[in-house]
This record gives sequence, C-alpha cells and structure tokens, in this order.
Amino acid sequence: MQQYIDFFNSQRQKIDESCAPLLNSFREKAFDTFQGLGFPAYQSEDYQHTNLSALLKPDFGFYLNHPNAEINPHKVFPCNVPNLNSYKHFVVNGCYYREPMAQELPQGIFSGSLNEFAKQHPAVFSEYYNWQVDEKGDGLAAFNTMFVQDGYVLYVPKNVVCEKAFQLTNISGGKVDSLTNRRILVILESGAQAKLLVCDHTTDTQPLLAATQVVEIYAEENASFDFYELEESSPNTIRLTTNFVQQADSSQVIIHNITLSNGITRNNYQVDLEGEHAETHLYGMVIADAQQKVDNFTLINHHVPNSLSNELFKYVLDDEAIGTFGGRIIVVEDAQKTQACQNNHNLLGSSGCRMFSKPQLEIYADDVKCSHGMTTGQLDETALFYMCSRGISIQEAVLLLKFAFTNDVLQSIRLEGLRDRLKLLIEKRFRGELVKCQGCI
Amino acid sequence: MLTIKDLHASINGREILSGLNLQINAGEVHAIMGPNGSGKSTLAAVLVGHPAYEVTQGEVLFEGENLLEMTPEVRSRLGLFLSFQYPVEIPGVSMVNFMRTAVNEHRKYKGETLLSAGEFLKMMREKQDIVELDKNLVNRSVNEGFSGGEKKRNEIFQMAMLEPKLAILDETDSGLDIDALRIVANGVNQLKRPDNAAIVITHYQRLLDYIKPDIVHVLYNGRIIKTGTPELALELEEKGYDWLK
Repeated sequence: MQQYIDFFNSQRQKIDESCAPLLNSFREKAFDTFQGLGFPAYQSEDYQHTNLSALLKPDFGFYLNHPNAEINPHKVFPCNVPNLNSYKHFVVNGCYYREPMAQELPQGIFSGSLNEFAKQHPAVFSEYYNWQVDEKGDGLAAFNTMFVQDGYVLYVPKNVVCEKAFQLTNISGGKVDSLTNRRILVILESGAQAKLLVCDHTTDTQPLLAATQVVEIYAEENASFDFYELEESSPNTIRLTTNFVQQADSSQVIIHNITLSNGITRNNYQVDLEGEHAETHLYGMVIADAQQKVDNFTLINHHVPNSLSNELFKYVLDDEAIGTFGGRIIVVEDAQKTQACQNNHNLLGSSGCRMFSKPQLEIYADDVKCSHGMTTGQLDETALFYMCSRGISIQEAVLLLKFAFTNDVLQSIRLEGLRDRLKLLIEKRFRGELVKCQGCI
Repeated sequence: MLTIKDLHASINGREILSGLNLQINAGEVHAIMGPNGSGKSTLAAVLVGHPAYEVTQGEVLFEGENLLEMTPEVRSRLGLFLSFQYPVEIPGVSMVNFMRTAVNEHRKYKGETLLSAGEFLKMMREKQDIVELDKNLVNRSVNEGFSGGEKKRNEIFQMAMLEPKLAILDETDSGLDIDALRIVANGVNQLKRPDNAAIVITHYQRLLDYIKPDIVHVLYNGRIIKTGTPELALELEEKGYDWLK
C-alpha cells in the first residue's frame, strides 16, 4: 500500500497532466480515504478468499499520459458480434480510444471519453461523478479515483430511448507488468433507456496485467438500463471491479456478468434501490478451470417499500478453479412489500475445484417476500447414463449437461445477437477450443 | 442375436442374477415375467451397461460380440435399446438437441453422413406420429414436466428414432392408462421387423394382449425357471407365481 501512497505523492503532476482538471479535483479526497482505509483486509467478512494487498503488491507500471497510440484496437481486436448492431467504443489500457471519425448519436446522448465529458458537461459531471464512490466506496474504489486516467461515459438525457446497443471493449496489453485504473460512468435521466455491453480482453498473455475498474450507474425515474459485462482475458490477468448502482422510482436495471476466461477476478456490486417500484435483475455466470479464481460479491439494499430484486449466479468449475459468491440483501425497516429473490447454483467438475458461497439476508421489515437458494454439486449421473444409453458419448453428455446448466442465465439476455454469440462461445469454451475470443471470430 | 450364458450379476455385493441363460433370435418377441425382486430390471440394466451393477460370472454375446466389454454408448450404437422403467428428466437439454446428438453419434459410428437440420426435423415429425406425441414436446427439455404417459411414449419415440436391433421394454406398461397403453403398444408393433427383436419385461398379462410375444419366460430368484408359449402368461395371470416356485 505504501508504494502507492509514495507514488501518488511523487507523481502527482504526471498523474494529473493529461486529464481534465475536474477529474483531477476528486483525487485529493480519495487519497485521504485510501490512506485511512487502505485496501479491504484479507479474510475480513467480505474478503474471505481474495487478498487484494497481496495481488497489488508487485511493482506494477502505470499508464499515465494516454499511451494508447501503441495499440490500434481495430488491428488487434476487430471485435464483431454478428447480428449485434451497436455503437462501438474502445478503452485501451485505461484510456478512451479516439476514433478518427465521430459516430452520429441520437438526441443529445453522450457516449465517449470521461475527460471529454468533464469538459463538455461540467455540471452533469460534477453532479454524478464519484458521488457513489464517496458515499459508499471502500479503499479499492478510492484507489481507482486517485489514479484514474480516463474511461467511458454513457449519458442519456431525459426520455431518450436508444434501441441500438453501445459496446465498449476494454483492451489491456503491454510488455511489462502493469496496472490500469479505468472508469465507467452511466447516467440515465428519467425515462431514458439504453443497453451497454462491456467486453474485457487482453492482447498479451505474458506480463501480469492488473486492472481496477469502477462503474457508477445512475438510473433516474422510469429509466431502463441493460448492462452486460463479459470477461475473456488471460491467466495472467487480475481484474478488480466495483460497481455501484443507484436507482430511483420505477427504474429497471438488468446486469449480466459473465466470466468466460480469466486469471483472478473480483467483482463487487452494490445496488441501492432508493425509489419505489424500482427493479434490479442481477445475473452472473462463471466458467472457470485450471487455476482460475472468480469472486463475485453482491450487496443489494432495499431502502424503500415496493422494490424488487432478483439474483441468479451460476458457476461451472473444473480442475483447480476456485469460485466465491457472496450475496447480501438488506431490507430496511419500513421497506414493506419488498420482493427479493437470490439463487446461486454451482457445478463442480473435479475433486480439485472449490466453491465458497455465502447468502446473507438481513430483513428488518415484516411484510416482505424474500427467498434464497444455494446448491453445489456434481453432474447428475442418472442423466449421464440415460444419455449414454442412447449412444451419446460421455464427453458429449457432459457437455450437454454443462451447457444446459448455463441455459437459464443465457435465456435472460435480452440482446439477441449477444445471446447467440455467447451460446457459441460457451460451447467452444466447454470443448476447450476457446483460448481467447480471437476477435469473436 | 443375443446369447446369455450363466449370467451372474450383483449390486453392492448382493447377487441378483444367479446363472441366467437366454437365447433371442431375430424376429422374436420375448416376454419376461416374474414377481417383484426377481431380477427383471437388473437384467435390463446389466444388458445396457448400468455402472451400478457388477457382472461376476457369465457371458453375453450380442451379434456375436462380447457385449459386457462395451461401454453403454457403444452398445446403443450397435443396436441395443432400453425403454426405461423410470425415464430420466434432464432440465435444460431440449429433446431436439438430445435426439440430434444421439442420432448423429449413431450415424457417425456406422460411417453414414450426418443429417442436415431439415432432414432431421422431417425424421422427427414422422417418428412422433408413431406414438402420437405432441409436436411441442420436442422443444421442451427431455422428460421435464412430462406426464407418466408422455414419458413412456417418449421412450418409444426415441426407439423409433434410433431403430434398434434389440429393444428391451422395462415395464413400459406401468403407470399407463388404457389409451396410452394402446398407443405405446401400437408404436412397438409398428417398429417390429423380421430383422429385429424385443424383450418385454412386465408384471401383467395386460400388455401382452397388445404386444404378442413368441416366447414367455418366468424369472425367479435371478434365474429363468420356466419358459413357454404365450399361454403361460395367461396361466400366470390366473394362478400367480407360487405354483412354479
């Protein structure tokens, strides 16, 4: 931790140099918070299985001064999901990649660089940026605010409905061990609707590539937002994300987090349902083998009556993989008529893999409908035998069952093009054919 | 087609089959009857290679080859089929996917070309008619939420798709009402050919009114204690098993 405090103190000018002054104005306070809190402690209640201090101990290089000229995303990563019509954006090593030609966007939508947004919309930026980190954040989120260089903003003004999805591809790569700190800010004003797909990729498998990512989502009254996140990185990747969601009356947010391949991943979600009839659907799917680790932690706060949350996380683990799921739901006193449903189901394919699951429901209201369910087990042997008795090989039968296990998460994806593509990628992944997405080809 | 010699099999160390002999030729339908616990279902499970059963002695030849050395999937591809007494539900795996995978594995094994999606669906539609199976069932998960009758019809539908040389029907009549029984039996009769054979395992004469056996065996304490003509089944219905013991 001290190395980062020293680095911040000595490199302050360099950290600020290429960023918008408004973005820089948040660093000092974040620095104080980080000095006070540090990284969340290993084996503390919410970090039983991920040791942040150890993960961030190596001497990482930082990308300052917008270095993305080195990587042309169109050359290294011509990501193209067929049948998914989207506005495409890239963030390379934490910095937004400026396209030579600007894309035409409907009615006042901003979709682009965080620095650019700070300059173009200073009032909106100041109102939303870092507010949730300040209110709810821990040392990891503050750390991101201290060092963030750039990121992506999606801002959809009042009552604007955008049918076409936005797609952001995060690319990490380089020749030395590096740590990038990236940021996503999503603001949907009242009645606005949008969908965002974020894909994480790495171009190099050799150096250690670490990233922190803070996502702040604001869904105002009646807004509707679909957020899909797909990680397809390499074994030498560390991904630490913190996602904050703030929802007003009758807003709807659907989140999917899918880990197809990775190294070590920790995803934090904190959803605050602040408005009545607000609705959150949080889905997760993890496919991990070898020595991969995936730790998803979710916290959903029902602050007011009549809100709904629905969670479903599914893990398919093999080899020596370790999966962790923490699901906390808090229903405050007076948040009557809350509906909260949480499910976590896990499939273990070997005796070496491990799953840790901890559902935590704290309910202080007395007229609510809350449920949770957790199962961890192996493939159904009677089903396997039934399939083999029809001439299906054991390998193919295992594949069919694993694929079936992921089916309900897949079916909840509302972007048809993405759903079809994921089906293919998951099948390839289970067949061991998918090392990386290879431009989704 | 099938020759069983002195077959002994056990589960969890307990011997269920103790010296069973049986010869089945192409074109024949054999009925195997017997009281509860006599080993009827064990015989079916052992023949298709259920991993819970251990064969301790004896020999089974199917089309001249040593059946006991083969994995369950290879037995199926060679033409052995079991209609399960309790068909298994497989949530999330659609009937279409399940059957396409199975049919293609059979074709691959025989060196035949794989069916196109169109050819496969046409074949499914034809075979569904044999057991009057609801068209929508094929889009649902395997056996999930099927009624007892639908599950049994689905077994015969799978048999129609895979066209086995030897079909074993393990208490296919249990849990069926008269209409379903007739549909299932009609399906089995339609699939009968001079070059295939069937073993019908049942408790009751009722099914044998619909599926006419050529030979009836009585299984008791893991061995066949009596073999006879179809009239034997009628006699058993009337007198029970006690007079044979």
